[in-house]
This record gives sequence, structure tokens and C-alpha cells, in this order.
Amino acid sequence: MAITRIASPKALDKLRTECQKEQQKHPRKLMVCCGPGCLANGAAEIVSEFKAQLKKKRIKGFDVEAMKETGCHGFCEQGPLVVVEPQGTFYTRVKKKDVERIVEETLRNNKIVDNLLYTHPIEKKTYRDYREIPFYKHQKRIALRNLGHINQCDVRDYIATGGYQALAKALTTLSPTEVIEQVKTSGLRGRGGGGFSTGRKWESCARLAERPHYVICNGDEGDPGAFMDRAIMEGDPHSVLEGMAICAYAVDSSEGYIYVREEYPLAVQFLQEAIREAEAYGLLGDNILGTDFSFHIKISRGGGAFVCGESSALMRSVAGEVGEPRAKYIRSVQKGLFDKPTVLNNVESFANIPVIIERGGKWYARIGTEKSTGTKAFSLVGKVVNSGLIEVPMGTTLRQIVFDIGGGIRDNRPFKAVQTGGPSGGCLPESKLDLSVDFDTLTKAGSMMGSGGMIVMDEGTCVVDVAKYFLKFLVEESCGKCTPCREGLYQLYLLAVKISEGLATESDLGKMEQLSAVIIDASLCGLGKSGPNPFLSTIQYFRDEYLAHIRDKRCPAGVCKALITYEVDAQACDGCMACIRACAVNAITGKKGEVHVIDQAKCNKCGACFAVCNRHAIKVA
Amino acid sequence: MVHLTINGTRVQATEGEMLLTVIRRMGIDIPALCHHEAVEPFGACRLCLVEITKDSWNGWKGYVTSCLYPVENDLIVNTHADKVIEARKTLIDLQLARCPNSPEIQQLAAQFGINRTSYEPKVDGDNCILCGLCTRICDQMGFAAISTVERGHGRRIAPPLDQPPPDCVGCLACALNCPTHVIPFTQAGDRRTIWEKDFELITCSRCGRKTITREFATALSKMRGIPESYFELCDACHREDTAQGMGRIAAWSRREEKAS
Repeated sequence: MAITRIASPKALDKLRTECQKEQQKHPRKLMVCCGPGCLANGAAEIVSEFKAQLKKKRIKGFDVEAMKETGCHGFCEQGPLVVVEPQGTFYTRVKKKDVERIVEETLRNNKIVDNLLYTHPIEKKTYRDYREIPFYKHQKRIALRNLGHINQCDVRDYIATGGYQALAKALTTLSPTEVIEQVKTSGLRGRGGGGFSTGRKWESCARLAERPHYVICNGDEGDPGAFMDRAIMEGDPHSVLEGMAICAYAVDSSEGYIYVREEYPLAVQFLQEAIREAEAYGLLGDNILGTDFSFHIKISRGGGAFVCGESSALMRSVAGEVGEPRAKYIRSVQKGLFDKPTVLNNVESFANIPVIIERGGKWYARIGTEKSTGTKAFSLVGKVVNSGLIEVPMGTTLRQIVFDIGGGIRDNRPFKAVQTGGPSGGCLPESKLDLSVDFDTLTKAGSMMGSGGMIVMDEGTCVVDVAKYFLKFLVEESCGKCTPCREGLYQLYLLAVKISEGLATESDLGKMEQLSAVIIDASLCGLGKSGPNPFLSTIQYFRDEYLAHIRDKRCPAGVCKALITYEVDAQACDGCMACIRACAVNAITGKKGEVHVIDQAKCNKCGACFAVCNRHAIKVA
Repeated sequence: MVHLTINGTRVQATEGEMLLTVIRRMGIDIPALCHHEAVEPFGACRLCLVEITKDSWNGWKGYVTSCLYPVENDLIVNTHADKVIEARKTLIDLQLARCPNSPEIQQLAAQFGINRTSYEPKVDGDNCILCGLCTRICDQMGFAAISTVERGHGRRIAPPLDQPPPDCVGCLACALNCPTHVIPFTQAGDRRTIWEKDFELITCSRCGRKTITREFATALSKMRGIPESYFELCDACHREDTAQGMGRIAAWSRREEKAS
């Protein structure tokens, strides 16, 4: 199809009608989720099988064009997902062999394939429409609005849903100051974790006389287990581009960058395609929508250093220098990329902007809490039943997220903690489950909002082990420039290792607390300043567990290898010899049908026996 | 002019000056290992940490590195607040754990009453405190032959790919400015070796003294527009020429005076 540049906002309206008509050609649509989780589980194979089957079977009113490869639908736990719209028929864990049945029964005969539907694991209720499933019912999607509903990088799909209308509205009916006013009224705070008012950030940049101004999108999502930004960049790249263009108009910038980590090859590819398409349609580049506003976006690929998510390190990296933070006594809004005024916002922040401009700041401000407005996307992972990508209004409680949306803890085990805010966030215990999820409440409780990673832990998780894991991550990801972060976090990690090996004394805890305080005060950037959090938040709520390691040389969760032993429960053992075969160091002896014995001197505590015993006869002591 | 208070004394400073400059001008001694007048402040060692507040901050206190913090009106600075001293002590202790065998760090630690680090000392330590002075000075000289590599606790200073650095001209600026003297170099006859790269030293065509390396001379002549032949004489012989020239001018002006 030949592409013509959209020469005016009116022409955009016309194109929108045209695109909507294209959509209406197919009353039913098949959405195949191609988000990171589903792709990992074979979504690509399902897409090609659907293509082959649709070609072969020739269903009336349904051709290959009615199938969309969408971004992350959210319910990763149940993937690969296939959804039939508008009915909302929701097929889970779809395999290649199921494709033919879906085509025959659902697409040809309008019947539902029952055994592919989602069944609630506890209530045993089967859902025909995904919107009724508790996982989806309690969510409110703004930043993730198009994910799972449009083709990943099809600008016409995006335009059909009202895409680029906000940009047109801003360019033709609002002055830059009015745009900033709307964003300020919305109360939107930086979704990367900082929580700084987006409107105020734009305002301070717009006021600076120095030129040029730059707009940067931070797509360097680096928290382990977090994939919100990735999902948006891959599933709805145009919403990010539109948000950036609106920002550029507001702060008078003509050049923007998206900083994406190289580990997100699909995000890079889709963003590139989206930029190319948007430029071809005249939605980016010179004279956008026929106005005299021009804005170009380039992609800057990062090497995947966690510290490059920090604003000053990110800007140095974009400029081609070593990604190291600098002291921010002069803010990056004033002296950012190439030392020029720069607005840096996170992917999710930008994705919210078009909606705010279209529906107004006041509308957005009514969602969420007074000081944390709107919604927030989270990647809910860990020992929770329903892991996936979610978006909820600010002020939702942790309990609602973990239990109503997340469906509680796997295997009905007791809840222990939820870790929010990424590596430098913190662990909150059961007593904090009724806290409202917003910037200030989480910070007050010793954790933080962060960019939206949420890791749920059950009683089989040892907090010392968790602290050790995150400290190690931070030691490796520190840039190493300043002493407290490079040496201090390393020593803190060594002390955590000492505790997990049962070699620490109570005075080591005091030493860790003192060292943490110095690291917080003396570190150069946010990574160092929040570096001791994995330790501080766990010691705040789980001191007893630390003391069990130190005083009793015992790991209550049965995780720290140096402090546990594996023993055979003579009552439960039926002498099946499975553990004997699994043991790599020949530490288990016994004849078939007789109770087996573990030689503690030989045992290397790998846990293989524990994993293979289906009679639960191996006990951790 | 900016007016601020440091350790109870009202002082004046020039706009744009960093706190550390003013503090040192007052004769107050605070340690700073990564600071050097010749290069931009870096803020890596964090030892020059000070406590700052203002009357208008309602009792809120901040902790900033004075090498990087520009002077501000009405700022109240305490260079030896309890919390600052404790942080400095911990930082020195951490540096000592990194470089347990460095005489310079041992000496500094002793000033804070630390004789042995209370942390886990590094066994294969090379005494490099990673202040980055060598790389920053090399950048400033215009060569950028070495840089920091790796990150986190594994960070170190190295030439590209750990090979003799192609851009190194053997000027020794890195080695001579290293606060813990850990960059090795050798010099014998007209040869100099640094970063495993071998250099020839120019011999002064008049007195026979060894001067700078051939590569350094070529680079300087390119960067500053000085003819390469200039470097055939050593500094001492150039000074001698200058002095003789001055002498000739003086004698000439005396003759002129007499004649008039």
C-alpha cells in the first residue's frame, strides 16, 4: 500500500476512519499474544501454524488478516495465549496441535474449545470471557491500553484506536504551556521510580533559554524480573513515540533519543520499524501533521549496564562516553545530554501522555490517590499463582495485588514477603500487605515504588539469601566509580555471605547497619544511595531470621546450604531408590524396599534428592 | 561574590568556585584523594564529604562532596561534623581493605586511628585506589590512551584490550600523578617503558641530556604547532638560549642608551 504523508489533523481523522473500516471488515479477530513470556513458550510457532491453517481451511469472513500478533496480553503464567475478540474467548497454554481445533471449532463453527479455557485453580470455575477473570477484573489499563489488542508495530492499528489524536490535539489546539499545564494537572509522577512530577520537569526544561533541548526516553529497564517497559516498547511502540513527540512540542525540542538495552532486540527492532512508519506517515520527522513542528527520534542502544538507567550515566552513554553517573548538584534538566537542557522520562510515563492529553489532566488526576495519581504497571512474579504483567490504580493495596489479581501463593503456602522496587527496593512482610501502593507509602515503609518489579516470596524463601542475591547483583552492577558503592556494597555482601554460612556474630549486624548508613550518605548516585536497601529492609522486618542464622546457626527457610542437612524420614521412605540414583556424590545408601540413609560427611547439599522424592521423605533440617 | 559560612567563619568566595577550593584556602585540612587542580573534579573517593545546611532548610542537612559542590549564598558548611568524620573513617577503612599494602593509604588511615582494616582485606590487591587521576590526566593531555575497564568491584585501569596502548606517548603524566604510585615504568639510557610499550628518548643535540620521548615530541608539535626540530634541544639548553638572547637585548639597549 502506498503511504501518503498525513498533511493535516483533518487528514489524520480521515485516515482513522479508513483504518477503522479496514478493521470492521473482520467482525471477529484472533489475537495471538507475542509478548516476551508467550514467545518464550512457543508463540511464534503458533502464529505460523495459524497462518498455515487459515490458508488451508478458508474460513468464511476470516482470513489471515484477521489475526493479529499482539504485544503482551498480561497473563504470562497461562501463555501462550490466544484470544478471540470481541467475545473475549481466552485460550490458555495453547500448543501447536490445538491450533487446528481452534480454527475448526471456534472460527468455523463458533464453538468454544472448553479445555483450553482458563480455569481458576481454587474455585475451579471456568471463564468464557477473559474480562471476568479475577486477574483482569481488578486491573485498570492506561499505559498498557493497547497491549494485546493491536498488532505490535502497525501504525494503522494504532491510528484506528485513536492513536496520534492526542498529538494532533496538542499541535493544533494547545500551546506548549497548555500542554505542560495538562500534564501538571494530571499529577503524573515519573514511572521509572523517581516519582518526580513529570509536568514540573517539563516546565523547568521549557523555561530554559539555552538551546537545543533534548527529549530522552529511558528504556534501560534493568531490574531482575521486570518487563513492563519492554512489553510497552515491543507491544505498543507508537504510544511511546507519540508521548515523546507531545513532550518535544511542550519543551521546544526537535531531537529525541530512546535509550534501549541491547538485550531487548525485539524492542529495538519494533521501535525502529515504528519510527520509520511514523516518519513515512508524517507523524514524526519534519513538519509533523503539516505543522511547522519537527521532531526526530533516534535509537541509542545500551550495553545493558544497570547503572545506565540512572539519568546522568544514561546521558553519558547516549553521548558515547562511559556510562558513569556524575554528581547531580546541577540537575540534568539543566545540564543533560551534551550538557544541554534535557527531559528524561521513562517508557511508561511517555505511554501515559497521549491519554492525559486526550482526556485531560483532571480526568487522570481522579484515578489513584491524591499524591500518586493514575495507574502503575507492575510485573508480578515470584511464588504467586498468576504471574504476569498488570496495571492497577495507585492506592490499590499489596494484598489486592498479591491475592486478588495474583491469586495468592503457589501450592497454598504461607505468604512471607513481597519485594518491590527492584534490587534497591525492599521486602515488605505480611503486616504491610494492607499498605496502599503509591510512591510515598512504599518509601515510608522502607521499600520503594521503583519501576514496577514485584516479586512475591513464600516461606520457602530465606531473607538472608534474598539480601545476598540482590547485594551481589548491585556489587556487579555498580559502575565502580565511587568508594562507598564499589567497596562498601562489596563488604556488605561479604558480611551477608558470612551470615548465610553461620559464621557471623551479632556485632556483624551492627557493623552492617553502620556501613549501610555511610553508603547511603556518601555514595555518588542513586544506585549507591539505595544499595543497602536489600539488607536494611529485610533486617527491619525479619531480624529474627537473621538472628536464627547467627545465634542458632539455623536457616528457618531451609535455604542456606551451610546451615541445613538433608535427612530421610524413615516413616515416609518406601525405599524406591530414586534419591540414590539422583545423588551425584553417592552419599545415599540403602536397598530397594528399605529405608535409605544419607551420609552427612559425603552430602554436598545439592538438593537433588529432595527434588526427586515424590513421597516427601527427604526432610530439610 | 558569594557569602557563606564554613565551620562558623563567614567567608567570601567567587561564583562557580567549588567548596573544596574555599575550604583549602582557609587552611582547613580535609583529605581528598581523587582531586587534582589540573583536571575537572570527579567525586570518586568521597573523602572530601562535608555537611551542608541553610537557615531556610528547617534543620535539614545534606552530605555532599565539596570538590563538586559549587559555593552558594548563605550555605552553612561543617567540614568536621560527627557524621562526616564517621563516614570519612569508614571510607578510609574501605580503601585500606582494598589496598592493605599501600603506604600512602596506611598513613592516611593511621591519621584516623585505623591500623588494620575492620573489613575483609583484598589479598591480591595492587594498591590502586581507582581515583581515576591517571585516566583523567591522560584525557586532559589529549591522548586518552588508558581508561577504566569493567565495572563494580572488578573495575580497574587498563589500556585498550590490555595491549600496549597505541595512543600512549610515554609522557609519564599518569605514573607521576598517581597518589599511590602503582603505575610502573622503567627508564634506562635512551629507553623508557610504560604500559608495556617501549619508547625512545630524544637526546639533546647540544648537551646530550635525555629529554622527552620521540612520540611525545611528535604529538606536541602536531597539537601545539611547534616545529619538531624544537624538541632536539632539552629544556635546559632552550633556557640557556633564551638567557643569551635576553643578554644580547640588554647589551643592545645599553648601547642605544649610551648613543642617545
